[in-house]
Amino acid sequence: MKETSPSEIKSVLKRVESSLPAKRASLVPALQMVQEKLGWLPKLAMLGIGKYLKVPESEVWGTASFYAQFRFKPVGENILTVCRGTACHICGSAAILRDLEREVGVKAGETTPDLKFTIQQVACFGSCAVAPVLVANGKVYGRQTSPSMKKLLGRIKKSTSTKAKSKKS
Amino acid sequence: MTEPGKVRLSIDGKEIETSAKATVLDAAKQAGIHIPTLCADDQLAPYAGCRLCIVEIEKMRGLPPSCATNVAEGMVVRTNTPELHRVRKMLMEMLLSDHPYDCLACAKNLHCELQKMAEEFGIRERKLRHLTRESVLDESNAFYSRDMTKCVLCAKCVRACKEINGVTAIDLSGRGFNSIVQPFGDGPISESVCESCGECVERCPTAALSIKKQVWPDKEVSTICPYCGTGCGILLGIKDGKIVGVRGDKNNPVSRGQLCVKGRFGAFEFIGHPARLKKPLLKKNGEFVEASWPEALDYMAEKLKPYIGADRFAALSSAKCTNEENYLMQKFARAVMKTNNIDHCARLCHASTVAGLADSFGSGAMTNSIDEFRDAELILVTGSNTTENHPIIGYRIREALRKGAKLIVFDPRETWLANQAWLWCRQKPGTDVAWINGLIRIILKEGLENKKFISERTEGFEDLKKTVDKYTPEYVSKISGVPEEQLFQAARAYATAGKSSILYSMGITQHSHGTDNVQSLANLAMVCGQIGRAATGVNPLRGQNNVQGACDLGALPDVFPGYQKVADEALRKKFEDAWGVPLSSHPGLTIVEMLNAAADGKIKALYIMGENPLLSDPDLHHVEQGLKALDFLVVQDIFLTETAQLADLVLPSACFAEKEGTFTNTERRVQLLNKALDPPGEAKPDWEIICELADRLGYPMSYPDPAEIMEEARKLTPQYHGISHSRLKGGCDLCWPCPNQDHPGARILHQDRFTRGKGKFTAIEHLGPAELPDKQYPFTLITGRILYHFHTGTMTRKSAGLNQIVPGPYAELNPVDAKKMKVKNGDQLRVASRRGEIKVAARVTEVVNIGELFIPFHFYEGAANVLTNPALDPVAKIPEFKVCAVKVEKAAGEK
Repeated sequence: MKETSPSEIKSVLKRVESSLPAKRASLVPALQMVQEKLGWLPKLAMLGIGKYLKVPESEVWGTASFYAQFRFKPVGENILTVCRGTACHICGSAAILRDLEREVGVKAGETTPDLKFTIQQVACFGSCAVAPVLVANGKVYGRQTSPSMKKLLGRIKKSTSTKAKSKKS
Repeated sequence: MTEPGKVRLSIDGKEIETSAKATVLDAAKQAGIHIPTLCADDQLAPYAGCRLCIVEIEKMRGLPPSCATNVAEGMVVRTNTPELHRVRKMLMEMLLSDHPYDCLACAKNLHCELQKMAEEFGIRERKLRHLTRESVLDESNAFYSRDMTKCVLCAKCVRACKEINGVTAIDLSGRGFNSIVQPFGDGPISESVCESCGECVERCPTAALSIKKQVWPDKEVSTICPYCGTGCGILLGIKDGKIVGVRGDKNNPVSRGQLCVKGRFGAFEFIGHPARLKKPLLKKNGEFVEASWPEALDYMAEKLKPYIGADRFAALSSAKCTNEENYLMQKFARAVMKTNNIDHCARLCHASTVAGLADSFGSGAMTNSIDEFRDAELILVTGSNTTENHPIIGYRIREALRKGAKLIVFDPRETWLANQAWLWCRQKPGTDVAWINGLIRIILKEGLENKKFISERTEGFEDLKKTVDKYTPEYVSKISGVPEEQLFQAARAYATAGKSSILYSMGITQHSHGTDNVQSLANLAMVCGQIGRAATGVNPLRGQNNVQGACDLGALPDVFPGYQKVADEALRKKFEDAWGVPLSSHPGLTIVEMLNAAADGKIKALYIMGENPLLSDPDLHHVEQGLKALDFLVVQDIFLTETAQLADLVLPSACFAEKEGTFTNTERRVQLLNKALDPPGEAKPDWEIICELADRLGYPMSYPDPAEIMEEARKLTPQYHGISHSRLKGGCDLCWPCPNQDHPGARILHQDRFTRGKGKFTAIEHLGPAELPDKQYPFTLITGRILYHFHTGTMTRKSAGLNQIVPGPYAELNPVDAKKMKVKNGDQLRVASRRGEIKVAARVTEVVNIGELFIPFHFYEGAANVLTNPALDPVAKIPEFKVCAVKVEKAAGEK
């Protein structure tokens, strides 16, 4: 994934305009729609939403910044989420997160400069039965340890680079 | 028994009768009972954020906040119990737990509401663990600082920005302890849509928002803002004989304490500016030398004497001066100099309104009052960038929008209002008659006209009907560029809304067919019967603080005060009797005609009071020729303006803060000025100077004060008959027409009958601008004004803050055109018309359409009026400022 281009933003705004009514109540669904498509909320997209819904831009920002689900920086191609809920914490998720941060080179909430990886933490993912939990690109990996995490990370790194190679050729 | 709409309740054992709509806090305040609060504000909706105003109410659970609890019959309220004190003190301790303790070094020290509240609760120590809010000090705004570490989250700023200004530049973002007031995207406030009106700073209880270089005044004097025609009340803060700040006057009925950036932050620096004129200046061998008043006035009288009665003298009066001064200036021209060559800058802004509406309705002014916009169901705004040029009226429109009013905007530029409109129609500049006729035709074809109103209240309808018939949607769309569908939408909405109000300004009037435009709007309103009732009408917004008054008091070449024609023998007789001299019967020259006549050698002497034609008039090169060809030019002003530099004699005058008198705002409301300071040096009020000059020319004028001038003026001016200084001082709030001393004035004109009897329809054909783009000059230039500067910049450009926000001239250019010309934001452009050439910076923006260019005219170093076309409206003689053809190129090798 790379920085979002203005044309990508334009096209997602078109989708917002064709599928949501131009009223205030559409604000959160519109933000969600943009984030689902682009992975984050670029400023231009938020301004576009405000203009379409006739919601002042400060209020678009006020609303978006209230919710933890919205991101204001581009995210990596791979999103790795470590659960830091009580059950996972008891089962050692702190160490998993620490080692993941070390392996990838950024802290939770950050994205690598090459936009390959984003690390996140959540308060509780709700899969306490298989704690500790790591979610990689939407897929849940339960009963993780540092070594299993590293293996998983290796596989993801490999598939990312092959994808990049196949794109080039 | 309680009256209807009232309830009785008891607060702290005190029986109180109050409005059923009041809150408990209101009721307590009314009864003189103090309840602590940090977030309540008279002008903002209840918020219940700080919780300090909690009270105990019998039969109610918990401790309800009094600011958000309505009164009820028989309510028993206690505001001051040990339990309330304990909870409030706890709340205060929590508020203080993350507040920095740097009171001594704080801008709000001794003026801080949090500090006062801590004092009230006797808090002497911090009990809770100290937490620090992380926030970067934002000094980016020109006038105020933002230090969110001192914020108590009362949200007064957020609410003021939304509920008063309406631009909503800030909001609470984040949540929990990380909640913080921010503009969009957490950038510096200067990069947000903030208009720097300062309504937030005015309300902030702490120094989270504080005025840079705050000096607290010793006393405050209430007077009227010197900028636009809205007529807001300002309090000039004075310390050690200097004005140190401005606040809004809550007692003013127009603005109710609200102000815009120019009024609050830009209305005082120029008053004490070192460049103010302090002594008369006489030009000797091409250089100005200081002269004494007797020397200057003797010289002037001697120079003017030969021109008495010869129509070779002309005078320019001023929409910046008081009603009394305008009355005297026109009396000076007519009774002393025996000529009707008297005009002022209304010629350049709303001459077409005065002529057009007077012909259609019988009265050339706003038909309704400003506050009524709030109650309109539909507002049609055309040719007015209201939120920038009449900001407080802009607030009222934003209020109407929040209440659900529909807004239709016809404007070639994407103004703030256009952006927020229910329907924005982007017509090509100068095609207004076409679209208005188009709307009328649709209304008639669909049977949406008000037949009863047309038959009972108007005349000339059949001619109009015939004329508009050819303006089919297809034809109009071709001329104006407005899609047919939009014409239908606009016509139907305007005609069918219960209360539709038309609001317009210079985008309508400043055309070579400005009177046609104005009368077309009058036609539209009358066809639908959208006039003569509350929140309807045709409402021209006047540009200068007293342009309405200057017109009313006769600073016009064809009419005496009160629009009484000089050519009418009976009316002339009335003035001859009153002034004791024979008067000229033929109308004098208008501004542009005067300067043309000067260039041709027909006008030899010109007396200019408080005007700067060398920046404000069209085709400046020609204006300069005219001024230089004069034998004698006198300029009376507060600064050595561009025009004054060409004068033979310059007379220093007092500004608005240094004199008494009245201003009439755009809604015909006459308001008193109060003197706050003495004029600098030997400067004198304009009325005194005129009197002394008249004495020397053998026509003694002697008035002890402006109130006496008004006494004379009002007796001769039917609309002002009942308006005297003593009534205004007594608190009367008067809009003309006010025919006698007991009359309450009139907010709404033409209610049962039009001033002229029947409303007159005028059949008008679309003609188009005098100069259209062609191969050689392919762009259409639109000139206008912006929020941060005023007119020729004589006053606003003395404000460091306003200059920081907009330092110099620029041209708005559409990105498509910019790309073609390889122009980037900030590049220098060379803009040329058939009349001249200027250099300005490019501002690339979609606000202007492709092929169009917008340049504000405030700046001498890139004066838009070098380019403009002096083509005149045949009736009103207003020049076509809004449309001319130009070519644009990138100035090579320059950034």
